[in-house]
Amino acid sequence: MSKQSKHIIIGGAAGQGLVTVGQLLCKALVRAGYEVLVTQHYMSRVRGGHNTFNIRTGAQPVTGPADACDILVALNQETVTLHKEEMAGKGFVILDTALNAEGLPALKVPFDKLAPKAIFQNVAALGVLCSVLGVDKEYAEELLRESFGKKGEDVVQQNRQVLDDACAWAQEQQALCDVLPAVPRREPRMLINGNEAIAFGALAAGVKFCSFYPMTPATTVAQNLILHGRKLGVIVEQVEDEIAALNMALGASYAGAPTLVPTSGGGFALMTEAVSLAGVMEQPVVIVVAQRPGPATGLPTRTEQADLNLVLYSGHGEFPRAIFAPCTLEDCFHLTHKAFDITEKYQSPVFVLTDQDLSDRLMGVPPFDLSSLPPVAGPDLTDDNAAGYKRYAFTENGLSPRRIPGYGRSLVLADCHEHTEDGHITEDMGIRTAMNDKRFAKELGILSEVVPPRRFGAEQPDRILLCWGSTEGAARETADILNAQGQKVAVLSFPQVWPLKPDQFLPFLASAKEVVAVEGNKLGQFARLLRQETGFVVHRTVLRYDGRPFTPDFILAKLSE
Amino acid sequence: MIDISVYGDYKTSWCPGCGNHDVLAALKQALAEMDLAPHQVAHVSGIGQAAKAPHYITINGFNGLHGRGLPPAQAIKLVNPELTVIAESGDGCNYGEGGNHFLAAIRRNVDMTLLAHDNQVYGLTKGQASPTTAEGQITKSQPDGVTNAPFNPIAVAVAMRANFVARAFSGNKPHLIKMIQAAIRHPGFAMVDIFSPCVSFNKVNTFGWYKQRCYELDANYDPTDWNAAMEKANEFGDRIPIGVIWKTDRKPLNERFAVCKHGPLGRQPVDLKALDAIMHSYI
Repeated sequence: MSKQSKHIIIGGAAGQGLVTVGQLLCKALVRAGYEVLVTQHYMSRVRGGHNTFNIRTGAQPVTGPADACDILVALNQETVTLHKEEMAGKGFVILDTALNAEGLPALKVPFDKLAPKAIFQNVAALGVLCSVLGVDKEYAEELLRESFGKKGEDVVQQNRQVLDDACAWAQEQQALCDVLPAVPRREPRMLINGNEAIAFGALAAGVKFCSFYPMTPATTVAQNLILHGRKLGVIVEQVEDEIAALNMALGASYAGAPTLVPTSGGGFALMTEAVSLAGVMEQPVVIVVAQRPGPATGLPTRTEQADLNLVLYSGHGEFPRAIFAPCTLEDCFHLTHKAFDITEKYQSPVFVLTDQDLSDRLMGVPPFDLSSLPPVAGPDLTDDNAAGYKRYAFTENGLSPRRIPGYGRSLVLADCHEHTEDGHITEDMGIRTAMNDKRFAKELGILSEVVPPRRFGAEQPDRILLCWGSTEGAARETADILNAQGQKVAVLSFPQVWPLKPDQFLPFLASAKEVVAVEGNKLGQFARLLRQETGFVVHRTVLRYDGRPFTPDFILAKLSE
Repeated sequence: MIDISVYGDYKTSWCPGCGNHDVLAALKQALAEMDLAPHQVAHVSGIGQAAKAPHYITINGFNGLHGRGLPPAQAIKLVNPELTVIAESGDGCNYGEGGNHFLAAIRRNVDMTLLAHDNQVYGLTKGQASPTTAEGQITKSQPDGVTNAPFNPIAVAVAMRANFVARAFSGNKPHLIKMIQAAIRHPGFAMVDIFSPCVSFNKVNTFGWYKQRCYELDANYDPTDWNAAMEKANEFGDRIPIGVIWKTDRKPLNERFAVCKHGPLGRQPVDLKALDAIMHSYI
């Protein structure tokens, strides 16, 4: 793994405050100018169990998770036991004096002395970590002021005292860890995760309605729309089930609101009936599917990429769709924004397919530039000539003018049956064929706007790592490591997995000696799709379906098998 | 009053003598008398014979999936509070496939009207028992008699304190028109369960059967007395009350969203400046 970055694992039971410590540290790191990438591992329970908050940080950008650990912050004994095999060469553990380091180099912190009350332990841990990493204390102080300012100056002072004591104590200990290299001052960055980036992308695109049924790891998309929706005029409604969620969303869309529905595989399975309705009604909707391992309830808080087939084939009958698969936080924002444009323009359901790894991946990113965003298509609000209006008028490009009921005198009839141009039920075989062709004519438009796959690494590679979605980061780092060893490896990464435009990537794939599909599923679903659509057969697969995200170490180990 | 012809005159696929014809005519009459122009109304349905109604009337329409009429109807009202929203479908659609949505719609209390055609049988699929078919009734798919206890939509809605609960009969059109109008005028979720005989597949609950039993609640009946309403909701046999069984005035959901006060959501601008400020709060 990269020597330029450090990997800190904060581990403990749910409810012990490890996320609080982790988030405070990340915020201090980002403000100090460092890069961070957080991978969160948690169990499907509120208290207890074993959770970790894994931070990779350094002066240089980091793209994905890692395995080997440099600093293990153990909030309980189980953390030491479970993670001691992962320690890197100079790695050490930070733990309370009452815990056993189990033979690892250790910094034993007298938390009972540094923190007068248990509630201050998080701040004490923050102080120790800042000191060990060489992060200027001022960033931590600033955070304490922001966090506790509302509770009064006394509370701020108490916390500052704990921070000061912890930093001072840590300074006196023999340094176990090389501090992070100094970084120049940088433009301010947000500390956000993938679902926050998706919510911002939707808000920037003008989302006005969201209906959802809570499901990990998608819930926080809705949660963020609730948080900011009141200010931005978004209605978010928690509904009785996922079936209602998507049907409601289609009603909202019909009534003129740009609409988003977030869910995960199990919830999406229930929505597929309404996906088909969106297809025949030509009703715009953006559906965010944050994947987690199945079948059924599977591993509810872990990660996987096994719902590509479900999303690709969801809904009975045939109709066009687009599926984006964000690879980075920037993708989460920009592709969600684009998803609204595509769904509005082509009046077909559009999917944003992510996974738990990306949903919960915290990073420091500059605020997204809202002034340079492309416009988002919308319905026809002019509504003149109501007399001649036909919701499903036949056109060359398949796009019928979409009007909104109540905005003018035009009447809008949206129908789930095969229908005539004005939306009425028909069994006429000529109209049926023409209407189906009209819907599929839109696919040409969708194809013309496909986001091409991205290339990284060697220009003329011997080996290509083929991936989509969240896997890009680990694949890029793997290629960097192999290229540093003198190999010629490239990454071909797909931020959009449907529809596919073979001329964008087929010649490149054919140019390499070996193409390896790297996917978070058992079947190599994307590799199969590629074969089906282009005839191209990948030479190998590196597949992971143990619920954990890809790391360079995992890929390297599989490649050398 | 609007000229009733603006709502169109369509050839339907309903059987001659089907109660749905009268419900459709009553709806047109109700809208005309209330001066609701076609573009001011959104008509939502699921699947079934009754659910074809949006195809037989010239108003905005959303003909969705079986059992799924209520979710889009509620969203349409939330997103455009200026529209009068009417969901219209049968007993199978609303109380069977859509049972969960029916319960949730009562709890959510969006300002809209549900017109449930209740013929106590599945008509579109040719005669199977519906959630409201009487126990013991013999049908093509229940040859030994229905074994499930019938669903009582009125009792359930009253028990849940829905904002407005009425029962009507397609054979009493003047009364039905009054019920539809009262439901539309009442804020919050309003339902009218309408007996609408299926002449082809329900040989028990015929026009005559309903005609003989249905009686209008008189002026002395107090629909705000919940205990009395529960009693009337359970009166089902030789005599069946029609009229406003129960009403209350819980605030509709759409009035609770501040954003709904500014008109249709789709017309409201995107405040990128506010979003930019929000993003900067994450620094």
